[in-house]
Amino acid sequence: MHNDHEILLLKGNEAIAHAAIRYGYDGFFGYPITPQSEILETLALLRPWETTGMVVLQSESEVASINMIYAGGSTGKCVLTSSSSVGISLMQEVIPYMAISEVPALIVSVQRGGPGLGTIQPSQSDYTQAVYGGGNGDYHNIVLAPCSVQESCDMVGLAKELMMKWRTPVIILSDGSIGQMMEKCTLPPYTPRRTDEEIRQQCPWAVNGLGIKSRKPNVVTSLELDQAFMEKRNKALQEKYKQIENTEVRAEYYLTDDAETVIVAFGSAARISMGAIDILREQGHKIGLLRPITLWPFPNNEVLELSKRAKRILVVELNEGQMLRDVEWASQFSCPIDFIGHSGGVIMTPDEIVEKICSIAK
Amino acid sequence: MDEKIIKSPENIVYQKPRLMNDNTMHYCPGCGHSIVHKLVAEIIDEMQMQDQTIGVCPVGCAVFAYRYLDIDWIEAPHGRAPSCASATKRLWPNHLVFTYQGDGDLACIGTGETIHALNRGENITIIFINNAIYGMTGGQMAPTTLMGMKTSTCPYGRQADLHGFPLKISDIAATLEGTCYVTRQAVNTVGNIARTKKAIRQAFENSLQGRGSSLVEIVSTCSAGWKMSPEQSNKWLAENMLPYYPLGDLKKL
Amino acid sequence: MKEEIIISGFGGQGILSMGKILAYAGIMEGKEVTWMPSYGPEQRGGTANVTVILSDKRINSPVLNTYDTAIVLNQPSLDKFVNCVKPGGTLIYDPANILTPPSRTDINIYTIEAMSESAKMQNLKVFNMLLLGGLIKVRPIVTVEDVVQGLRKALPERHHHLIPMNEEAIRHGMEIIQRL
Repeated sequence: MHNDHEILLLKGNEAIAHAAIRYGYDGFFGYPITPQSEILETLALLRPWETTGMVVLQSESEVASINMIYAGGSTGKCVLTSSSSVGISLMQEVIPYMAISEVPALIVSVQRGGPGLGTIQPSQSDYTQAVYGGGNGDYHNIVLAPCSVQESCDMVGLAKELMMKWRTPVIILSDGSIGQMMEKCTLPPYTPRRTDEEIRQQCPWAVNGLGIKSRKPNVVTSLELDQAFMEKRNKALQEKYKQIENTEVRAEYYLTDDAETVIVAFGSAARISMGAIDILREQGHKIGLLRPITLWPFPNNEVLELSKRAKRILVVELNEGQMLRDVEWASQFSCPIDFIGHSGGVIMTPDEIVEKICSIAK
Repeated sequence: MDEKIIKSPENIVYQKPRLMNDNTMHYCPGCGHSIVHKLVAEIIDEMQMQDQTIGVCPVGCAVFAYRYLDIDWIEAPHGRAPSCASATKRLWPNHLVFTYQGDGDLACIGTGETIHALNRGENITIIFINNAIYGMTGGQMAPTTLMGMKTSTCPYGRQADLHGFPLKISDIAATLEGTCYVTRQAVNTVGNIARTKKAIRQAFENSLQGRGSSLVEIVSTCSAGWKMSPEQSNKWLAENMLPYYPLGDLKKL
Repeated sequence: MKEEIIISGFGGQGILSMGKILAYAGIMEGKEVTWMPSYGPEQRGGTANVTVILSDKRINSPVLNTYDTAIVLNQPSLDKFVNCVKPGGTLIYDPANILTPPSRTDINIYTIEAMSESAKMQNLKVFNMLLLGGLIKVRPIVTVEDVVQGLRKALPERHHHLIPMNEEAIRHGMEIIQRL
């Protein structure tokens, strides 16, 4: 085991598996589905249970996986699962349990074309599912959108930090192209997993029996019979969400300083947009990109500020316009907003974006 | 006799288990849950495992088990307790991890999770209360409801063509390679209560020693759901439940 | 330096692994690399392709419309990508599977008889290494040494004994590539 950075050519999915081991996760629980199976396959190949002690289990379903990380997170362990679109749909029941019970856990969502079984090609059509939640009740997930293999890796570390800091489920919203493409990836050195004593110290709320003789029993539950008390829990949760919105927004700017046209895109659509921007810049267009890195909390202020300066915004997504609504809302319609999207697993090329810009920015 | 003398340690012949707290139970009179709760509390205390035990509650009548036993608990979504327990035990291999589930939770919505956890041989104990009815939601048909038995969703009695047959989940569990101990017990008589306690203790020891999965089915009453007095319920259990769900070990390795 | 390459042919010709070895060689040189297998409608019709980008700087779009270099190994691939080569760019093809050769005059066209050569060598598995040799001969974006190091990284250790044979094939590919 190199206790150092290591540079490898990896698929986005493989990078997530390596990162989970190296960032000191305690357990992975998942079920195979294309296009994310490399995560479980890579973990199985790397056998971290023999080195770091990380548990890896192929569950019987996505329903089981999500319950496994719900329980694992409840005990103060750092756990993750991964799946794709329809599999993530199956997990929706339990995500609100984690949100209201303040259970930390990471869910990696490698999107494919939908709705339904759809295709196994890349898509971003689960934006709404991740950001607005397919589960019940008033809750949010922190949603991180990587646009490269390196970022897929790094976000596993960031997710660990955020989920433990805020005690909340975090979603890494990847897609089939980022999951399947290979890029140079610098893996982090190994962070040792926390000892039981460290978990007891850091997670006094956790359900693991440790120290129970000197404290009251810990219970992780979302159930309340008293509606007034349930509302109190909800209000407290919303208060936490406000703090997250105030402190955890992340976005990247690309050539926006003088931009008259601003593209807003995340993940793989942002990468393709940057390719288009390079072509358009050569042609003399003043164009740049705002790339939301956190989809929730959404960079509302960043969008607003740019929409006041720019002549127009183009939202580019691999769906039929899901983040578009958030951009429109955030911009307060300060400038015209256009949209270009593909769905069902079809990816756009930079040329399509170039054409679109040329047609709207005459 | 003076109360002080009665309560002096040398005169105590019976007391509430230490891990059972003073919260008022929500269980109906005559319900088997409270008896099994008491047994679980006694055993954990006797094994001195309080600080290394994680219980997983179901959705169903025992949803509030965490209110009565002073150990750490996770409240599982409906039917998913075996998944919760599987992960918990793998992440905390030295802990005692058990689920406490009813028939709707374990044998209906959570059948898949139950079978697969047992088949993986997870070193957990599943305590399964079978009272042949959905108690919490008000007396609907359970997968274990007997043929001809009336519930609010089979008001004319369970019929094979409409509702299928009562599921003998323990018989299935006994065929799985991952299980080391599958037993069916009851808490309708003092003798049966003592045998149930022994069975749960055995299951917990199996879990701690890593022998595989243990399933303890406990045939129990639901006097409210069955619309009988507690006394009638115990009689009805013996006459109707036990012929279909006979007591004893189905597997013991 | 930035080189945008498409490699396209039939599935099973070792195209994806050739791209992977090329990408690894790029990493050995400290370059940024992206390897993107074909997605979307173009996958239909039995062809497989992979886009490989090597660059000194951060790589933006992994999806491209035009390429510096195209390696095409069957007629549908040639038809599809011949007009996607940038003017002044490079097109490499194996005549074995090409009935209608390209007619563009504003690009550099090379042929490499990798299929028949690998048959002659009685080792069809070195087909893609011959191509890779041809590629780095006419587009010296990485060195043979980088490729060998890349192989060492890309191949599991149990296959490392095959590296000398692959290296030989790469060097042979450098010899047999011909300008049209």
